[in-house]
Amino acid sequence: MGSTSAHNNPEGVGRRDLIKRTAALGLISVPTMSFLSACASGDSGSEEKVDKGKKTKENPLAVNETAPLEIVIFDGGFGTKYAEDAKAIYEKNFPKAKVKFSSTQKIQSVLQPRFNQGTPPDLIDNSGAEQMDMGVLVGKKQLSDLTPLLDAPSVDDPAKKVRDTLRPGIVEMGQFDGDPVWIMYYAYTVYGVWYSQKALESLDATYPETWDDMLAVCAKAKKKGIAGWTYAGKHPYYIPFSLYPMIAKVGGVEVLDAIDNLEPNAWKHPAVKTCFEAYYELYKKGYILKGTPGLDHIQSQTAWTEGKALFIPNGSWVENEAAKTMPKDFNLAVNAPSGIDSSDKMPFGTIWASGGEPFIVPAKAKNTDGGMEQLRIMLSEASSKNFTASVKSLTAFNGGTDGIELTPGLKSGVAALEKAGTNVVNPRIQDWYVALQKEKIGVGGLGEMMAGRLTPVEAIKKIQGYADEAAKDDNIQHYKHQ
Amino acid sequence: MQHGKYRFIVGFLTAPLAIYGLFVIWPFIQSIYYSFTDWSGLSPEFKMVGFKNYTRLLDDEVFWKSLQHSVMLVVLLPLVTLTMALFFAFMLNVGGRRRKNAAIAGVRGSAFYKVVYFFPQVLSIAIVALLFQFAYNPNSGAINSALKAIGLDSVQPDWLGDPDLALWCVFAVLVWCTVGFFVVLFSAGMASIPKDYYEAALLDGANRITTFFKITLPLLWDTVQSGWAYVGILALGAEAFAVVQIMTVGPNGGGPDYSTTVLPLYVYQKAFRDGQAAYATTIGVALLIVTLLFVAVVMKLGRRERLEY
Repeated sequence: MGSTSAHNNPEGVGRRDLIKRTAALGLISVPTMSFLSACASGDSGSEEKVDKGKKTKENPLAVNETAPLEIVIFDGGFGTKYAEDAKAIYEKNFPKAKVKFSSTQKIQSVLQPRFNQGTPPDLIDNSGAEQMDMGVLVGKKQLSDLTPLLDAPSVDDPAKKVRDTLRPGIVEMGQFDGDPVWIMYYAYTVYGVWYSQKALESLDATYPETWDDMLAVCAKAKKKGIAGWTYAGKHPYYIPFSLYPMIAKVGGVEVLDAIDNLEPNAWKHPAVKTCFEAYYELYKKGYILKGTPGLDHIQSQTAWTEGKALFIPNGSWVENEAAKTMPKDFNLAVNAPSGIDSSDKMPFGTIWASGGEPFIVPAKAKNTDGGMEQLRIMLSEASSKNFTASVKSLTAFNGGTDGIELTPGLKSGVAALEKAGTNVVNPRIQDWYVALQKEKIGVGGLGEMMAGRLTPVEAIKKIQGYADEAAKDDNIQHYKHQ
Repeated sequence: MQHGKYRFIVGFLTAPLAIYGLFVIWPFIQSIYYSFTDWSGLSPEFKMVGFKNYTRLLDDEVFWKSLQHSVMLVVLLPLVTLTMALFFAFMLNVGGRRRKNAAIAGVRGSAFYKVVYFFPQVLSIAIVALLFQFAYNPNSGAINSALKAIGLDSVQPDWLGDPDLALWCVFAVLVWCTVGFFVVLFSAGMASIPKDYYEAALLDGANRITTFFKITLPLLWDTVQSGWAYVGILALGAEAFAVVQIMTVGPNGGGPDYSTTVLPLYVYQKAFRDGQAAYATTIGVALLIVTLLFVAVVMKLGRRERLEY
């Protein structure tokens, strides 16, 4: 540091000068620009990977049996036990490998610096409120292509590839542009309209398939002092869980694809307007639980389990999340969104179901094969069953529910999937454009409309504006349906 | 002799200046540097893009909204907090009725009130925000329930769910949790003002208001001024961020419809949600400028002759 030069100064330098000089030396001489670029963002990291192991029948991904493996799991609604159980299997298969396992709720705070230094762990469950933006990770080439995993034989049946054991849509969801598969979604979430079968029966009603029936059920409920709907007012991006599949049902799946592709005027499609108006009518007729716009997801779910409202748009995690306040005889059920009438393009039963809990193997991880092998273990029937039995949610593995006693919500989710058959939609706007979907369309558009501060026409105009902005914004990576 | 003195000074200054430089000045310089790149924050690679982030900032509606909210907080929060704190402190220390043997005293029960005012200071800001989040719950929260209890069934606002009210709800919480600290601070300041001044003023027939403006406030001015800068920085930075992030609507707070976004929250969202760390540093630079302007204004307006007693 600059202090050494001070005593070389000729005598007679004033005290103020000296202090000034010292300060200047201390502050300016160190931060030279060449040093700048090297510091906080780190260098590009060590690119060294562990050597490949021997490819055998038991080890189709040719994992190095002695290489250490590091796993970081999001500790959220599903806990970490399922991953620890799977880790134990890896340790059994590769007794010489040292497996480091950790969990956190703050994925981003913990892992972003490590990505920055180029030393990420080998397998990550990139989930929760602090999820790292997948679009950016893919765009900046930070993820490994999982195709080798998908083409490897499955644990249960060596004649079958892993990709053939997965539920529909899982592989596509892990792709962004072209063939590589960047993300392996492990959980399988059913979105839709959730309700208490018991509450519906006490109103002498069945689940409404058309919007007129929906309004009739809500009117019946209102007479008994129960609101028809509530939703997570502080997180209005829950509304699309039932609204988007309804748009697909009314106008066809192309409408949703156009929305995902950020096509001009995608939101101006008549089907969008019809569905927005249908939802707005819930507000106008007073069928929305009072105060809903100020409730967060837990508060609205609690009001709903207390029987203050009949329906709530949500995902299959709600059974676990609301378990504490849900009465024993609640008889939780989920159904596909009601349509308008019989002129809808798709049949009743059209539902939104897609992957949850995105697992990634960083491109700069040392033991990428080990990370993928761990995923292969998790996608076995036994591990999948273990997950479903302990956290009441399906996994990406197709099946694996035989012999488990299904909870009411899970059972009704499985039934809804069976009824939907191939009519499963998967709006990608949710994972492609997080800020647009959650904050702009959700809070700025739908939330405002459902609180009665925008009419459907105004909401559509505003949302189309947001979408156009996102389409033009070259700071965002853009994707299109293939 | 002279020579040795310099060496002495240099020896003392080097270490603190180096630490200051490394942990305060250096990150500032770095942020400014990064604001000219396209760094995502998720990978070590980036390149220079010139003023692109700055031109983008000028067109960014959400940025202007959050700037507006931050400026509103930085102007109003010190004003309201310090006025209230001065009033409370004055009442607690000087404002009471004359009693036997004491010409100057606080209102009855002032020792108790001091504890009550200071209480929010003990709680962490995150807990305060969570508590008020429950209180503002439009359905079963304390505030609407209280309104119902006194027969105001028709007045049941959505509070945090209403874009016209949300920022004021946040503002009220910030006032609630900062006022107590300044009541105690000003009380300490007032305690050091000699009693004779007040007694002399009383003998001259001055009332409470005159006493406050002619004696208390001028003698307390230094404390008020540093308090002003302190609350202002709370309003621009950490406190406002925490309350907005925890309490208000939206994936990371800031709503409904961007009605409560503040600059530090926007920095956070861009850096840690959208993977646009470079743009976040650009907003950070804007925040730095606002903070410097604020402190400059406070110092300029607050300059007065120092009174000694």
